[in-house]
Amino acid sequence: MQYKDTSDLEISLLLEAIYRKHGYDFRQYSQAHIRRRIMNRMAISGFEDVSQMQSKVLNDEIFASELLQDLSITVTEMFRDPAFYRSLREKVIPILKTYPFIKIWHAGCATGEEAYSMAIVLQEEGLYDRTTIYATDFNQLALNQAKDGIFSNKMIKEYTTNYQLSGGKESFSSYYTSSYDNVIMNQSLKKNIVWANHNLVTDSVFAEVNLILCRNVLIYFDKNLQNKVQSLFFNSLINGGVLCLGSKESLRFSDLYEKYMELDTKQRIFKKKY
Amino acid sequence: MHYEAIVIGVSSGGMNVLKIISAALPIDFKIPIIIVQHVGAHSDSKWIQLLNEKSNLLIKEADEKEKIEKGTMYIAAPNYHLLIEKDKTFSLSIDERVNFARPSIDVLFESAAEAYREKLIGIVLTGSNNDGTKGIIRIKECGGLTIIQDPKTAESPYMPKSAIDGIEADYILSLEDIVELLIKIDNQNNNFNKLYK
Ligand SMILES: C[S@@+](CC[C@H](N)C(=O)[O-])C[C@H]1O[C@@H](n2cnc3c(N)ncnc32)[C@H](O)[C@@H]1O
Repeated sequence: MQYKDTSDLEISLLLEAIYRKHGYDFRQYSQAHIRRRIMNRMAISGFEDVSQMQSKVLNDEIFASELLQDLSITVTEMFRDPAFYRSLREKVIPILKTYPFIKIWHAGCATGEEAYSMAIVLQEEGLYDRTTIYATDFNQLALNQAKDGIFSNKMIKEYTTNYQLSGGKESFSSYYTSSYDNVIMNQSLKKNIVWANHNLVTDSVFAEVNLILCRNVLIYFDKNLQNKVQSLFFNSLINGGVLCLGSKESLRFSDLYEKYMELDTKQRIFKKKY
Repeated sequence: MHYEAIVIGVSSGGMNVLKIISAALPIDFKIPIIIVQHVGAHSDSKWIQLLNEKSNLLIKEADEKEKIEKGTMYIAAPNYHLLIEKDKTFSLSIDERVNFARPSIDVLFESAAEAYREKLIGIVLTGSNNDGTKGIIRIKECGGLTIIQDPKTAESPYMPKSAIDGIEADYILSLEDIVELLIKIDNQNNNFNKLYK
């Protein structure tokens, strides 16, 4: 990568342009992360400097959507952090079992692997038929892929290991069919998943839900934005509802910390107090 | 020069050198040290606790949004990239692997170079890939001090060699000499503080 010295001002003007023209607000994201992604795009697309990118963002829809892809990191896995899913089975499923109908929100679901993992757990626990999973992201391309439920088989070995370590009860291969280099997730897993475009920064409360998973999304936000999104989650959860964060994300610095109890400190699972 | 942080990149052979460095630094060593050691995605943090028990300094995993403090050695968490913000706090990210690595040394070094500019010391140690080369180049460009382990003394010479090919390093030294140099720099830092307070 060829570097140039790029000032914070140039970057913040570019983010302002993206927001004003396209409505996507990255102004309160982690700056080091945003800078890295922008410099990457600058190198790939061969721009001299950020101002060139700015005028391209304003005038070229295709480039703008490429840049949006760059700024939304959709890296994900099925049963990422098996220990988390084990804890989900042990500590959260019993709570869900007490409800006649269950609503779950995956915020920042990327290409859907996490939502499919959840559907598998719920099926095995006999809860899926009374559940609706709302899986949202602001990245429409990722959502489209999630909806198709077709994934490259390169990762299947790893996913199978993850699944087994997470306390899976079946053979993982019973959840998909293979087709050339891909696997296609079973229709029975998709039927209660609603895929929807939702932006955590600019859209409001999404639904009243029993369980929210927002994993590895808040790490990209600065402290203020984290707090703002945390109150969005708080307002979307019913009393006694459960919030699951990524394994390196914390509520401790949030203003709302007091309003939850920790169900599993290590796996970052919190229960909203009554 | 008054240095505010040290970043270290290390890969295969790293456990041994980190043991030596962490045990050798004295209790009054001030400059914070931030380390990327390549480890597997599911590695646990027991080795960090072990290092901590044998060290005069506090050694811990770098937490998301944590403020970087003096007298502390921070280690990047497995399976996340570690970045430094200009307000001297940590950010984590699960971007694609860089140089097949997550955490990647380049990602840490490049963000640290932006955050600390010429007040940064970058160190590349033993390893068998070329992660860290781009990062150390960037540190040099931003005016930081660059130190590379003498490949002849490294368990895996490839990574330091690759870094040496990338820049005119300020120092190419054995591990023992690197530790000695860091202690000297830290002492100068403290004198500098006394002088300008
Ligand atoms: C790294 S992925 C995490 C995927 C999954 N939750 C996991 O942990 O494996 C982060 C996702 O957050 C989404 N995201 C980032 N900012 C967002 C926002 N403002 N609103 C909605 N989704 C957002 C990105 O598009 C991306 O798909």
